[in-house]
Amino acid sequence: MWKWLHPYANPEVSYHFAGRLIPWFSKLTFILLFIGIVWALLFVPADYQQGNSFRIFYLHVPAAILSMSIYVAMAIAALSSLVWQIKLADASAAAMAPVGAVFTAIALITGAAWGRPTWGTWWIWDARLTSELILLFLYLGVIALHNAFEDKTLSGKAAGILALVGVVNIPIIKYSVEWWNTLHQGSTVSKLGAPSMASSMYWPFLVCFIGFICFVTWIICLRFRNEILARNAMRAWVRDLVNNTEVK
Amino acid sequence: MQFSTFADFIAMGGHGFYVWLSYGVSITLLVLLVFLSIKKNKDIIHQIQRRQQREAKFKQAAQRQKDNFSQEVTHESTS
Repeated sequence: MWKWLHPYANPEVSYHFAGRLIPWFSKLTFILLFIGIVWALLFVPADYQQGNSFRIFYLHVPAAILSMSIYVAMAIAALSSLVWQIKLADASAAAMAPVGAVFTAIALITGAAWGRPTWGTWWIWDARLTSELILLFLYLGVIALHNAFEDKTLSGKAAGILALVGVVNIPIIKYSVEWWNTLHQGSTVSKLGAPSMASSMYWPFLVCFIGFICFVTWIICLRFRNEILARNAMRAWVRDLVNNTEVK
Repeated sequence: MQFSTFADFIAMGGHGFYVWLSYGVSITLLVLLVFLSIKKNKDIIHQIQRRQQREAKFKQAAQRQKDNFSQEVTHESTS
């Protein structure tokens, strides 16, 4: 039943498969994010309480959701790499970490810029903000460990263990607004089936969110290919590929 | 369209600084990530190419040494 998956364990097959995805997802990213951002900045009505600062929502919420989703995906990849020693899983975990770190940084920075006009402060040590900051440090730790040793298998193991331990932080971020009294508001869009938002505000969010998902897929494909090349530099197919590429 | 003039659009009802700060920083970070990911690909290919050139050079040098050595050996045995 799952046999069709077997060829993708081959780095060469995966390299070319990721390469075929890149042009589609890069185009989709530009189209969706352009529509989404123009919609969010120009056409969405201002919030009756927060005014125009509400437009930050369209960056902040997708970035925050993705910062956690990418972490979970990275931890699953790290687990399969540690348990079944799938080398490609390790490469994909290494490809995801920097993307997740950037989205965590975006969530924190846009959150600060939104908090200033809304709460009157850039930063406060409440549960949601602090746990998201810890997520950024976890990502930085994983990236550092991936580059810590010359031997990629060894550094992949160390980074994988940190990634797995760090999973404990994800439910803390997700439920922090329910477990503790936080300044941060509860969830708006991730309530299944019934987002507590006007549809004129919800649809552009969906466009931005899908646009960001395409962006993440695009960049992870790019970085995944880089990781495969670096890990298979001695293989014949990489040598052929490299010899046929001109680098400016 | 929520704004009647361009100045209104920039001002964002007094929240201009925060909105443009968010959008500016986010887009800068995303563009930087794209740029660095593409640049890394070129760096890796370049690195592998250089390693191959170095290996080829080593191989040539080893071959030359071997040739010289066998020449010397034949010289000595004939003299």
